[in-house]
Amino acid sequence: MRPEFASPSSSSSSSADRRLNALVRHLATASMVSQTAVAFSPTSGFHGDSVFSHVVRAPEDPILGVTVAYNKDPSPVKLNLGVGAYRTEEGKPLVLNVVRKAEQMLLNDKSRVKEYLPIVGIAEFNKLSAKLIFGADSPAIRENRVTTVQCLSGTGSLRVGAEFLARHYHQKTIYIPQPTWGNHPKVFTLAGLSVKTYRYYDPTTRGMNFQGLLEDLGSAPSGSIVLLHACAHNPTGVDPTLQQWEQIRQLMRSKALLPFFDSAYQGFASGNLDEDAQSIRMFVADGGECFVAQSYAKNMGLYGERVGALSVVCRAADVASKVESQLKLVIRPMFSNPPIHGASIVVTILKDSNMFNEWTIELKAMADRIISMRKQLFDALRARGTPGDWSHIIKQIGMFTFTGLNSKQVEFMTREYHIYMTSDGRISMAGLSSKTVPHLADAIHDAVTRMS
Amino acid sequence: MAIRRAMSGRIMDRTAVVGARYMSSWWRSVQPAPKDPILGVTEAFLADQSPDKVNVGVGAYRDDNGKPVVLECVREAERRIAGNLNMEYLPMGGSVKMVEETLKLAYGENSELIKEKRIAAVQALSGTGACRLFADFQKRFCPDSQIYIPVPTWANHHNIWRDAQVPQKTYHYYHPESKGLDFAAMIDDIKNAPNGSFFLLHACAHNPTGVDPSEEQWREISHHIKAKGHFAFFDMAYQGFASGDPEKDANAIRIFLEDGHHIGIAQSYAKNMGLYGQRVGCLSVLCEDEKQAVAVKSQLQQLARPMYSNPPVHGALIVSTILSDPDLKKQWLKEVKVMADRIIGMRTALRGNLEKLGSPLSWQHITNQIGMFCYSGLTPEQVDRLTNEFHIYMTRNGRISMAGVTTGNVKYLANAIHEVTK
Repeated sequence: MRPEFASPSSSSSSSADRRLNALVRHLATASMVSQTAVAFSPTSGFHGDSVFSHVVRAPEDPILGVTVAYNKDPSPVKLNLGVGAYRTEEGKPLVLNVVRKAEQMLLNDKSRVKEYLPIVGIAEFNKLSAKLIFGADSPAIRENRVTTVQCLSGTGSLRVGAEFLARHYHQKTIYIPQPTWGNHPKVFTLAGLSVKTYRYYDPTTRGMNFQGLLEDLGSAPSGSIVLLHACAHNPTGVDPTLQQWEQIRQLMRSKALLPFFDSAYQGFASGNLDEDAQSIRMFVADGGECFVAQSYAKNMGLYGERVGALSVVCRAADVASKVESQLKLVIRPMFSNPPIHGASIVVTILKDSNMFNEWTIELKAMADRIISMRKQLFDALRARGTPGDWSHIIKQIGMFTFTGLNSKQVEFMTREYHIYMTSDGRISMAGLSSKTVPHLADAIHDAVTRMS
Repeated sequence: MAIRRAMSGRIMDRTAVVGARYMSSWWRSVQPAPKDPILGVTEAFLADQSPDKVNVGVGAYRDDNGKPVVLECVREAERRIAGNLNMEYLPMGGSVKMVEETLKLAYGENSELIKEKRIAAVQALSGTGACRLFADFQKRFCPDSQIYIPVPTWANHHNIWRDAQVPQKTYHYYHPESKGLDFAAMIDDIKNAPNGSFFLLHACAHNPTGVDPSEEQWREISHHIKAKGHFAFFDMAYQGFASGDPEKDANAIRIFLEDGHHIGIAQSYAKNMGLYGQRVGCLSVLCEDEKQAVAVKSQLQQLARPMYSNPPVHGALIVSTILSDPDLKKQWLKEVKVMADRIIGMRTALRGNLEKLGSPLSWQHITNQIGMFCYSGLTPEQVDRLTNEFHIYMTRNGRISMAGVTTGNVKYLANAIHEVTK
């Protein structure tokens, strides 16, 4: 016997309406309960009204939803160019040899236990991660001005950093590039920051809208936080040149804008770890402060292990130590302490020079394969005489290519060719192989010539 | 010139830099945070050089030699996993297999509710992560609700609901005079809370007191919570660890399910599978029907995505490997019982030793209480004396982690407690 009342729609009702409806629900439930109390028996299992009846189903995550759709497709020629996870030539996920080796070492070490890590994670992991991104000779590290805490991959590092900023920083607005990874706005919003955008990508050139970027950052209020993709911008693959980075740095420092770097592809973009960290090191070299979120998901293939680090570069050592203590207060009520397994693998690899070298070789191989796929796709489109300038495919860098295809064309390619990508036309080059490039090229050619 | 230097990665001439050098840190006004009361104890313990030192602080199981334990079933599961599987992202809701097995533990192996798909469940970052996800969910979908938290409780509970911005109230729980449950006051608080409030309940082995309601008391608690239309949220961090029998330890939950409550549960494998640092747990919310469970699960995922995207795979694989293999599962149940039994044995020994020393106080509560912790009744001053004079480490609320007590140190511990309380 359910009470008759309309569940409030959270988007349309005022807070007063919501309170009224909540009260109605509570009273209705209570009166129903007291009616059934007399007739109650342990096996009656009343299906009373849930306090969460009004919860509506959330829309599918646009990126992860692509894989869901792909999995449902029975076609033998289907191609998943959605989520950014590396695939081999054979289209298989890859666990790096050096990672397997590290895992075996950990397994065979009987002295290892599974105890709670400290709130900030494995100390050695934090030190090695800072070295990796800032460089072994970084003055900021030497001067103890960096605090690094282990977090749950890139997402977790961004979230912890953002929550800290929402609590302790005087400016609560973060500027994110347009476009950016779909999860960025949600991470920052839920952390308590307000999100604005700055121009980044120019659809007409399929390159950078550098003027727009300078204008937008130039007009941001002093002290605003600015999200920067350290390299291999996701989703566009368009990165500033070193000269452009220098201009961005000068502008930001002159306006006291706070840089928050998202580094998810170090080593994956160019194949070289130091080269891919140049942008960050440039900012650190000027003595200023910044936040850096690091992920080992792609460059060490540790995706599901959720390994990452948040670093805060401060102007003084005592400040860094205070900041760390406050980061702990963010982490403890979120997950208490980070997972041990993936970080242990990272430590094992980074601290052993042979394993480190092995890693850089395997990393370069992944980056090279992607660069080769770019070339092959570009050549295939040229061979077909596909209309348009496709040079952005080889100019863009990293795992993703922003094809410039519109959502209608994308839909067409999914329907007719069973090719899955996000509706913004982003394709993961890692999902391609020499065998499948022709299929993709055919699909793009068809889409571009038949639909516009 | 400055640009060339920057491009070569060398340290730049600072005077060439616009602005950066002359600004002070943005973080000068950040205050150093207080140390975490629980985890700070272990830090202090580790720093202590005394050979007699005893750590009865943090709630992590130790064997009779005071060493951390990796269960055999866990080692075997890891052997099976290593080298076999890839490390791809789990779905946002985590490992489906792990969640399935975990629900069976809480709701019952043959639960109709599971068969009817009425439970929205996602893998979470151990108990903390499960509680936090629920608190965020509560805030988003019942924004005008508040959470009632027992006094005392695990300190982090307050932090979790505070960070989720859910207003907190407390309810009576521990009765200091009897060192037992303040049952009448607890029922009063349940009755006086506004209808439809959310109540946080420890399913078994209450942390930090070790005081659990009896079965009759649970039935009454359930009745009154139902009469007020309250929402019951269970934090179950010690299933199997309390009595040695996971089914028995889930009894309070089963009573509430029988009574028709739509509950929420935070489950953790940190202690009962010894997977502490792997951060494996599960959040479940019982719904009216399958459609609602699908909706609720999708919304839980929406909260997880901007927090960590998807949960860690390794620990989840260990759990699902163990629980889906009948032999490994049997082995696990045996190992859990061994841990629980050792703790029960230490309770008996500690109480026995104190009584033998002729302590004027009653130490009955040591064996009445259950689970990893004993609320000794020691005052903060007495705890400080234990630390300073005897190198015994515990949290200042007098909570003793029985898992840190061994046949090797129980006499020393009893002696010290006697000294500071006689």
